[in-house]
Amino acid sequence: MAMSEQEILSGLGEIVNEIAGVPADEVTPEKSFVDDLDIDSLSMVEIAVAAQDKFGVEIPDDQLKNLKTVKDVINFIQA
Amino acid sequence: MMLPSGSAGARILSFGGHQPSNVVTNEDLAEKIDTTDEWIQSRVGIAERRVAGPEESLQDMATAAGGKALAASGLEAGDIDLVVVATCTPETPIPNISATVADRMGIASPGAFDVNAACAGFCYALSVAADAVRAGSARHVLVIGAEKLSQWLDWTDRTTCVIFADGAGAAVVGPSETPAIGPVVWGSAGDKHEAISIASRDTYLTQQGQTVFRWATTQLNAAANDALDRAGVSPQDLAAFVPHQANLRIVESLARKLGATDAVVARDIVTAGNTSAASIPLALSRMLERGEIASGGKVLILGFGAGLTYAAQVIEVP
Repeated sequence: MAMSEQEILSGLGEIVNEIAGVPADEVTPEKSFVDDLDIDSLSMVEIAVAAQDKFGVEIPDDQLKNLKTVKDVINFIQA
Repeated sequence: MMLPSGSAGARILSFGGHQPSNVVTNEDLAEKIDTTDEWIQSRVGIAERRVAGPEESLQDMATAAGGKALAASGLEAGDIDLVVVATCTPETPIPNISATVADRMGIASPGAFDVNAACAGFCYALSVAADAVRAGSARHVLVIGAEKLSQWLDWTDRTTCVIFADGAGAAVVGPSETPAIGPVVWGSAGDKHEAISIASRDTYLTQQGQTVFRWATTQLNAAANDALDRAGVSPQDLAAFVPHQANLRIVESLARKLGATDAVVARDIVTAGNTSAASIPLALSRMLERGEIASGGKVLILGFGAGLTYAAQVIEVP
């Protein structure tokens, strides 16, 4: 069964907090990883790897550059 | 047919390192390209690196490091019967540099060949050297990792020119009654050959940073653990962990997952940059000089880079 947006958002908040030290409640759908959360390209790889472990969905490197906001990642995982 | 008796084990008798004198700081780079000290330090963990000028060749650096290792070993040039240079940045493809370096060091007619396994090259060359000593194909081997990456860099490409640097490191390998160079665990991922490459002779080194970062931080701890298992050494037994100095964030990730609580972790990249095949022996020579690892300490070394290639083994330091 597909996970809800809220479940994925909550999981992403934990991941971003662990990897980048950003408070989990700041990780909201409209936020841009680079511009709002100050996450660089290598941290995005770490987030993708952690998201794969948590949600079972692989996010390849060539897709990462298209995932600019938290909502983009949620949509990718749900797709 | 007869076979030589060889030796029960092999060990590293000494290390030597050489860096060019020219220091290039992050501020120096920020004057020429769109980057900052903060950007470089947070992405790759490098504060400064050494860059050889046109007057200092790859052979010069390899000879300098090799000379220091030979002097520290207490052996004479004539005792060396095999010279192996790990490099991926020769100025020309022919001849190899190992024979030239041997000649300049006064080593008469040794076996001499170069190894290209990029940033994993030193670990590959060390494994070959240890096997040669054990099999009796050589008695004392000079292993050198040397790179002049600066000549293959686009100095306007901020994704590469801030990372790579020049230098050389060397080790003398000889026979031992007990094993002091553990079994190598090596492998490759040729499907990712485009991740780090110099595509033709008139282009520059390019790197897919995210691909390399993901591979290094997710695939290499298994090789590190295998090398420990095959040597019968636990992470807690390690005095030091010296991975290839690719990127400080990769070094920290590998170290965290290794769980070697008492091990000093090499962070030579901060002042040396990424010197490819030179980075492991260069880091070790500097750590030993500073007294950070006691003689006889067990050290896990892990090389990885273009190919993609990797190799790991446990060594006891001299």
